[in-house]
Amino acid sequence: MPNRVVQHVRSPRLWISYLVISMVFACHQYPAFAENRPRPEYSFSQVIQTVQPKIVKIFGAGGLRGLESYQSGFLISSAGHVLTAWSYVLDTEVVTVVLDDGRKFQGRLVGSDPRLEIAVLKIDGEELPYFDLKKTGRLDTGSRVLAFSNLFGVATGDESASVLLGHIATTTHLSARRGTYKTRYQGPVYVVDATINNPGAAGGALTDRQGQLVGVLGKELRHAENNTWLNYAIPSTEVAVPVENILAGKMLARHHDNNQRAPQHPHTITGLGIVPVSDVLENTPPYIERLLPHSAAARAELQPDDLILFVADKTVPSIKNLRESLRKIDEGDVVRLLVLRDEELVEVELRPDESTNQDTLNGGFPAERKP
Amino acid sequence: MHILRYYISLTTLLMSWLAGPVRPIMSAVEIAPEVVESQRNKIAVIARASAASVSLLDGTGQGGGSGVVISPDGFALSNFHVTSPAGNFIKCTMPDGHLYDAVVVGLDPTGDVALIKLVNRANFIPATLGNSDLVRVGDWCFVVGNPFLLSTDFQPSVSSGIVSGIHRYQYPAGTLLEYADCIQTDAAINPGNSGGPLFGSEGQLIGINGRGSFEKRGRVNVGVGYAISINQIKNFLGYLKSGRIVDHATLGTNVSTDEDGRVIVTDILESSDAYRRGLRYGDEIVRFADRRIQSANALKNVLGTLPKGWRVPISYRREGVRYDRIVRLSGVHTREDLLQKADRGIAPPSSGPPHPQPEGPSRTAKSPEKPSIPQKLRQLFEPRRGYANYYFNQQHRSRVWDSLQHHMGTAPDASNWNARGELSDGGTFELSLQPQLVSAQLENKSLQIDVSLDLSSQLIPENSGGLLAALHAWHRLLTSGPTKYGEVYYLGTAPIPGQAGLYDVLVATHNVVETWFYFDPQQGQLVLAEMFGERDRDPCEIYFDDYQSVQDVQLPHQLKVRYGDETFQLINIHRWTLVMESDDAT
Repeated sequence: MPNRVVQHVRSPRLWISYLVISMVFACHQYPAFAENRPRPEYSFSQVIQTVQPKIVKIFGAGGLRGLESYQSGFLISSAGHVLTAWSYVLDTEVVTVVLDDGRKFQGRLVGSDPRLEIAVLKIDGEELPYFDLKKTGRLDTGSRVLAFSNLFGVATGDESASVLLGHIATTTHLSARRGTYKTRYQGPVYVVDATINNPGAAGGALTDRQGQLVGVLGKELRHAENNTWLNYAIPSTEVAVPVENILAGKMLARHHDNNQRAPQHPHTITGLGIVPVSDVLENTPPYIERLLPHSAAARAELQPDDLILFVADKTVPSIKNLRESLRKIDEGDVVRLLVLRDEELVEVELRPDESTNQDTLNGGFPAERKP
Repeated sequence: MHILRYYISLTTLLMSWLAGPVRPIMSAVEIAPEVVESQRNKIAVIARASAASVSLLDGTGQGGGSGVVISPDGFALSNFHVTSPAGNFIKCTMPDGHLYDAVVVGLDPTGDVALIKLVNRANFIPATLGNSDLVRVGDWCFVVGNPFLLSTDFQPSVSSGIVSGIHRYQYPAGTLLEYADCIQTDAAINPGNSGGPLFGSEGQLIGINGRGSFEKRGRVNVGVGYAISINQIKNFLGYLKSGRIVDHATLGTNVSTDEDGRVIVTDILESSDAYRRGLRYGDEIVRFADRRIQSANALKNVLGTLPKGWRVPISYRREGVRYDRIVRLSGVHTREDLLQKADRGIAPPSSGPPHPQPEGPSRTAKSPEKPSIPQKLRQLFEPRRGYANYYFNQQHRSRVWDSLQHHMGTAPDASNWNARGELSDGGTFELSLQPQLVSAQLENKSLQIDVSLDLSSQLIPENSGGLLAALHAWHRLLTSGPTKYGEVYYLGTAPIPGQAGLYDVLVATHNVVETWFYFDPQQGQLVLAEMFGERDRDPCEIYFDDYQSVQDVQLPHQLKVRYGDETFQLINIHRWTLVMESDDAT
């Protein structure tokens, strides 16, 4: 009986040699159904008990018009770093993270990666059980997987996350389905034969049968034409490096760098030629209403309705944040923006034109709006 | 049977071999014998368990669901929301290829459970009831039933999965269909699976499927189904067998979990028994019904599995002091409220919880034509207000009474009973029980009540809750029997604090007082009478013990009288004398 190696190491670092699984070994686990046994010889309960303490329930914004105000996440450090999906749920001052044992914490946004739609939160915990992202592997088609999440917000307090059992149906690239599934993520995904992407499941953990992390449950994705729903997870190997970047401060949330010295002559929003939507809310998202002609923004071919997500790798969830972020960039420097345009992420660089007098442009701000 | 996912591993195994470039195809037969053996076992377990599964059709054939037989004489469980639209008579098919007639026995609208009885067969193969408290997340389980009403060939569908969550709470629609302490599974539960069995890996019945979380994907399974735990149903089984429409329990309190994770009473009804047991605003509830309580949800979970009227232990803490009490649970509904809601049946819950919805096949317009009901089936049904089927209540009332008669020996034809004895503190005790008069000597006081007058105004002696009236109720039941006593019905089974097991309970009303009589289910003897002299007050409890034969009649020689949290008296009777009415009373 040959053993088929179904796990491949992706990260060359700190790798533990992973378990080798044969399908026959898988079948060995079945005698659970044998008669006259006091208790199932094999159940996933032991494995699940080791995983559950690493799963968290996240409560934040939402609750209106079918938008759930909860999602899932899991601990990735003993000090309380939590990996989760980057979504509107985190778009609030107070994000509550509830551990498996019912302890409640305020989650602080450390940073996010809009390409993978993941975010890292930090809670003030210590000696917490966690998944080590450095010890994560890939699975082949047919491998059995467990999906942990707080789907439908079923669990509250000290109630444990839900567990679904499935198999890797295939590994594919979401980009192959571009235009049919509205997603920003274009990388590889595990497609699973169980309904693992229910409301609230995003950010949950996909593990192998030994409870090792193999993926992050994605947001709900519906096929634009035939209304079918995709059940998928982002392989944890895809996530490891971006998370490292976030933790290394490359994708920091804004409030992390308040100490940075502001330049004397910084950029301004209108200075760049951007007219945002009316800033009527406390946290108005920085959508572009229109562009001033001949401006840096116009030259970079920004478009009305673009949503500005990042300024130089700093998230800007509101117009206020955008303004503050620009205040830290000298008007002579290039401004790198990441914008969301029709569910696609577009990177642009706004280059100041030396010949343009910013003040004049500001002064020439037309009072009338385009129809 | 549609055994789908079970074969996945086997198929994958075969395919992995077929795909292997080195191995010849015939290697597929070299499957390890343990694997073949375990697969064979699994198929056997599924086949055996499935034999107890039932597919329900309402009389018109337009709707239906699933069920499972739990006794050789054909008692079967299903959902209230499945049987409710079907009416009192239901057609059932089973994998043995037979169509059975069934009649509704008992209904639990709050817990969404129905007990029915299949007729014309005495040797059904019942499902084995498991212990759902032993179920762990990750355990294998399988669902058998009639999804999308597919079992037109009488064969049920099988889906398999794991237990995804335990102790789940799913909010009721209004006050009905509350799924407390339920089991969540990813085994497919679809419309039509409602009422059917969830089996554990050994083929033991661990739950009754009835609900799922659905949302944007339409009314099909998305890996999130819920089953009523079999342990909750075990609590209610005696009640359901009583033929009544039964109610769930409430404590009469509101609680919330505070920041330190303590469950604190935030509101309490002064008329509740919990209040009489000393529970107050601000107290911390630490245990309830033998379960640790660490969240408000946990308390809701336990409460949702308990029947109205049961007495269960509660522990609460105030200022560092722990209090252990026994609390009597009241009903979620008033009687009229419950009956009205049960009558209305289960409309699709528009005002219900946002996500989870009760299962059930889509129904087309009901055909007005109902097939005729066989006469034999009609004999098993008797309508009465408050009952799903009064026939079964009468059956059990007779059974309990016959069992008591058997225990007592010769039925006492003497109507005047006299007793002499002593109290535990040494005082003397004398008692005379006559049909219209009860008199006693107790603590050097002469006491007497006239039972033709309002008993609720004669609750003497003080601090007993009405010992004389309680003794009268007991005497009246034993001498007149349940048919002449007044209104007597079979409640079901309920626990006695400090005793193991459940006891048969008859509830008897006479002269404005209600008395609950508890009978040992094996011996038939009467072990406890609780006489409720006044509304929202504690009853007088008499525990009967030390049964000895007196003039060929088994009579108790020790009476422990309790009222509230206190023992009122322990009475040892040295001598009973039973005399005819015409004789002079002592």
